Amino acid sequence: MNTLSRYRIILPVVSLVVLLAATFWMQPRAMSYFGLNLLFNLAVPIALATMAQMMIIMVNDIDLSLGAFVSLVACITATYLLDTPVLGLAMLVALILAYAAMGAMIHALELPAIVVTLGMSFVWGGFALFILPSPGGASPDWLRALMTVKPPFAPMAVVASILIAVVTHLLIIRSALGTVLRGVGGNTRSVARAGWSVLKLKACAYGLAGFFGVLAGMALVGLTTSADANIALRYTLLSIAGVILGGGEFVGGKVSPVGAVIGALTLTLAASFLSFLRLSPDWQIGAQGAILILVLTARLIFSRKGAET
Amino acid sequence: MKISTMLIGVASLALCAGGALAGSHLANTADKRIALSNNYAGNSWRQAMLQSWEEMGAAAVADGVVAAADAYTTSESQATEQAAQIQNLILQGYDAIVINAASPTALNGAVKEACDAGVVVVSFDGIVTEPCAWRIAVDFKAMGKSEVEYLATRLPDGGNLLEIRGLAGVFVDDEISAGIHEGVAENDQFEIVGSVHGDWAQDVAQKAVAGILPSLPEIVGVVTQGGDGYGAAQAFKAAGRPTPLIVLGNRQDEMQWWADQRDANGYETLSLSIAPGVSTLAFWVAQQVLAGDEVPKDLTVPFLKITQDTLDETLASTPEGSVANVTYSLEDAQQVIAGAK
Repeated sequence: MNTLSRYRIILPVVSLVVLLAATFWMQPRAMSYFGLNLLFNLAVPIALATMAQMMIIMVNDIDLSLGAFVSLVACITATYLLDTPVLGLAMLVALILAYAAMGAMIHALELPAIVVTLGMSFVWGGFALFILPSPGGASPDWLRALMTVKPPFAPMAVVASILIAVVTHLLIIRSALGTVLRGVGGNTRSVARAGWSVLKLKACAYGLAGFFGVLAGMALVGLTTSADANIALRYTLLSIAGVILGGGEFVGGKVSPVGAVIGALTLTLAASFLSFLRLSPDWQIGAQGAILILVLTARLIFSRKGAET
Repeated sequence: MKISTMLIGVASLALCAGGALAGSHLANTADKRIALSNNYAGNSWRQAMLQSWEEMGAAAVADGVVAAADAYTTSESQATEQAAQIQNLILQGYDAIVINAASPTALNGAVKEACDAGVVVVSFDGIVTEPCAWRIAVDFKAMGKSEVEYLATRLPDGGNLLEIRGLAGVFVDDEISAGIHEGVAENDQFEIVGSVHGDWAQDVAQKAVAGILPSLPEIVGVVTQGGDGYGAAQAFKAAGRPTPLIVLGNRQDEMQWWADQRDANGYETLSLSIAPGVSTLAFWVAQQVLAGDEVPKDLTVPFLKITQDTLDETLASTPEGSVANVTYSLEDAQQVIAGAK
């Protein structure tokens, strides 16, 4: 188990380093403050969305509504949060509460999360279209300033990624709450027998997911400077891939926040790398899938070996 | 950081040089590289657009006009993906990026970054609203209006019109329809007695027209948005009603039907749409900007009109299942630029 947990983080790191080295070799311009920021700044919202997805996967569920949810947040950020900050903020808080309620409902009524979230994705999508029927809106100035800040030594994208990884690591791996939440994924019954309310814990996990989803949507608007109702639809699958690539598993509460952030960066980089390779777009989705399978195969081999010793 | 300042330096130098020598001696662009960022390749129009770019780009590189003219298409046609693609193109050191955008606003952050790095950004068809970029827009409203104006010349007595619209909720559909209604308001001998959505597809249009026809009085003309004229003609034929004057949209099947009708009974009409070759116009505009010419930020694409005289020629050069196309030249681009000044 010890070797296994070590390998769990080594593999995502190695995949990122290998891909990064290959990208630098293909495109030396990327090896600069400016280049790294361009390469990774759109990975920041993806990393936040991956964190949101990780909270759900941690309690053995899966969230198919995340992309639509992030799009909705983006639409609210680009309209209400800009014009009437108080109302905008209230709406975002309400969305987080709605997410928590969704978690409680899934547990209380014993509904499959995959069905409920798939259904909710249409609700989020509908609201997003209602708020912003045609693309538009603008980013609040403070948000734009935050996402384009130029910190010393390392570009914003790198600093933000490290910050997200550290905060979620402390929250999920180190804190008491995080440990119990992972326990819900690991063995729900024993957590319940120990006197915890699983209903509250699930609501908490979903609420956290909603919180990170809101951050993802806001970060995205800070980068793109405007929104449309379909802006983040691909985040649903990207976030799931990011969690798994980063060493998480679909069941058992086995997740790694640091690994998941690295997974999100790796996915973003993989797309850029394939574009630098000048691969035809027809092949790009397939090639992205191939990279995923390659990493997962490597993980399987490692974990088998880990189990033998 | 270093690269960006360097690029800005180079760009401002080029601009200064261009400003000083305006018009007559434009800078040489032989070492410049231009990229096409495209978000979607899934229909005949986009395929033709990419093909025009590739053919013209290869020729321009062979002639030494530019060093490279590469096309990139995103695999999932989403705005965030295209934003990442544009950032990659900046990193790859292109001097100009020509964009057919997935969203008019969601790419603004990436476009601004490109401008700040000294990259010339030209958007066309799917344009971006970021002020630092050039826009080659289509005046869809004028297109709708000119359909009615043509009908007014052919049918001075006026009569009832049937309108076939495009895909509901899409900006282009609203614009063309607004133009048509504006035209009808100015030519009050016409009245639109029916309106259906044909989704720019022949089969959908045929079903929709067949559904509404029994409830309509005599129709003298059909105003369309392209890709729906042939379907409308089939619906009229199936209902046993006389074929009205249908304005067509440059699709190969529409032109083939037109040619057949002309040979059989002297049918006469007009066909107009935007040529996918507008990508090559955007290329030349980008090249002119790189060469230092002062180009207004907002340009308008001319429509490709096909009349009775040019029908045979155009039909012969349009592959089956495709759409009529033209490849724009440097002179065409200069004409468009001069027209906007």
